[in-house]
Amino acid sequence: MASHYEAPIREPLVTGEKSYHDVTVDVAAPVEGRANKQWWIVFSIALVAFLWGLGCIIYTVSTGIGVWGLNKTVGWAWDITNFVWWVGIGHAGTLISAVLLLFRQKWRMAVNRSAEAMTIFSVVQAGLFPIIHMGRPWLAYWVLPIPNQFGSLWVNFNSPLLWDVFAISTYLSVSLVFWWTGLLPDFAMLRDRAVKPFQKKIYSLLSFGWSGRAKDWQRFEEVSLVLAGLATPLVLSVHTIVSFDFATSVIPGWHSTIYPPYFVAGAIFSGFAMVLTLLIIMRKVSNLEAYITRGHIEYMNKVILLTGGVVSVAYITEFVIAWYSGSNYEDYTYLSIGAATGPYWWAFWALIICNFVVPQTLWIKKLRRNYIWSFICSIVINIGMWFERFDIIVINLSKGHLPSSWTMFSPTFVDIGIFIGTIGFFFVLFLLYARTFPVIAQAEVKTILKSSGERYKRLREEGKSLVGTGADARTSVIAGTSTKENLDQDTKNNS
Amino acid sequence: MASKVIQAIYNDDDVLMLAVKRVKEAHHHIEEIYTPFPVHGLDKAMGLAPTRLAITAFMYGCVGISVAVLMMNFIMIEDWPQNIGGKPSFSFIENMPAFVPIMFEMTVFFAAHLMVITFYMRSRLWPFKKAENPDVRTTDDHFLMEVSLNDNEDELTRLLVDTGAVEVKVSEKH
Repeated sequence: MASHYEAPIREPLVTGEKSYHDVTVDVAAPVEGRANKQWWIVFSIALVAFLWGLGCIIYTVSTGIGVWGLNKTVGWAWDITNFVWWVGIGHAGTLISAVLLLFRQKWRMAVNRSAEAMTIFSVVQAGLFPIIHMGRPWLAYWVLPIPNQFGSLWVNFNSPLLWDVFAISTYLSVSLVFWWTGLLPDFAMLRDRAVKPFQKKIYSLLSFGWSGRAKDWQRFEEVSLVLAGLATPLVLSVHTIVSFDFATSVIPGWHSTIYPPYFVAGAIFSGFAMVLTLLIIMRKVSNLEAYITRGHIEYMNKVILLTGGVVSVAYITEFVIAWYSGSNYEDYTYLSIGAATGPYWWAFWALIICNFVVPQTLWIKKLRRNYIWSFICSIVINIGMWFERFDIIVINLSKGHLPSSWTMFSPTFVDIGIFIGTIGFFFVLFLLYARTFPVIAQAEVKTILKSSGERYKRLREEGKSLVGTGADARTSVIAGTSTKENLDQDTKNNS
Repeated sequence: MASKVIQAIYNDDDVLMLAVKRVKEAHHHIEEIYTPFPVHGLDKAMGLAPTRLAITAFMYGCVGISVAVLMMNFIMIEDWPQNIGGKPSFSFIENMPAFVPIMFEMTVFFAAHLMVITFYMRSRLWPFKKAENPDVRTTDDHFLMEVSLNDNEDELTRLLVDTGAVEVKVSEKH
């Protein structure tokens, strides 16, 4: 049918001779199969890291924030660095599921599920840091605007820190709902395939009784579209508000109007890097090479190139303005000659090399279509973006207006332990997800199979009709022809 | 009233679409169609009315922004006005710029969550709800059309098989 047409010049998004049934089987395989040894090894490492981090958190809460390396000059360091880093990573998931939906990018369908999972798991990590930093996390509910029995104060709605509370909790909950709504038809697929009673029960529960009626699908598509429309400004607002934590202050290097767009671009930059890190491994481990293709990697690398470019321009702007202002204070901001040659020169150059120099290699088509280079590059960007937040926070704070209080920051084992713990927690969640959830939005992939699948593109090229090509020999044993023949036979007998 | 329906199973979305058009042309009433994925244009072909969920989202968003304005006006201006950083809180309009982020977040929060809850209620989706698709293959690669039956079983069976249905059977409507 004409509605399936797609320009032949476009790369197929699903390679190989895949039918609708193949999509079902391939997406269900990791869930229905058993975990292999590698999965258990990686899971164990992640679990140990998580438990170590949990220990460090308990130590922090029971003893006090003094167990961190903070001092009077550097009052924010790794915790807020990690908070911003994790929130930023989350942004790619929403970008893929919402912004690319509005732009009708079909390639998002193979990666959106995992990217959204990554969003939710990383926002969970991010949320931990401000709560731990409160010192008395059992009083965390004081950030809510609740009728107040504790004294005479309400929360302060003029404070960017309170805006963060609202932004992050809205972001987490809306992302979760968006993700779950998209999951319903895929859980239903797993439910209907399940043979073990326990599995059947679990997936029935998770699928909310999804039956796939035409009206449900109509509503489903409308809800997805509206949620995408809501999530798009939401994702931009979240990192904008995170940047307000810095931009509305009066610290040199923080008090900068470029921060909101620059933070948003940086967030998408780091988020896509994390998506690449996860998916380059997942496509191999879960045998999804036909769905997450070289083309997908290239598209994501192009987004990295764009957002990396935005970030680089922001770096140059900040650097030039710091120099051009001629202000002494500006010479100690995180992007200045003072930073490049001062005691934090290594952090400065780590940022420039990881975020500015290395991603430029992606201009070369061969490199951005190369799995190994894309993987290395994504790790480098993850490190670079962590350094960006470290530089913003620690370099700017270490040299303030009063030279007598200039100092350095060195993390304690607790700072490092909590960070490693959140990485462990993230991977524990992601690995469990990869074994129990449909990691590809199979219902959505099926909608583009006839337009973007390699087999169907070939059939169309050959001038064949696609009507009836959805049939699969394995599921159509009671073939239509036999029924029709039987019926013809019946009519003959009757007459 | 226990009515009977005829269930026709298809294994291709294009065949299904052509079948829907033919069944409609023959003036039969399509009760329901179960599909594994959203088939483009199926709702229009079946003659389903457009959904109004987007409109509800807009209304919920209006509720959200109103709640945000009322809440912050009460807390910051009326109940306990303070002078924070040399900026006194005696007028909502003058302090409003600082409230914009939360007004926005509350709009999105209300619109998104209440719309999704409305969707779940309208489509009868919730935990422990039993699935109602008559055939498990309809979440894999088969499409099931239910047409209501009025003593025209043979004629309908003939028509449905002719449109390419791989299986046709009569069933009590639940």
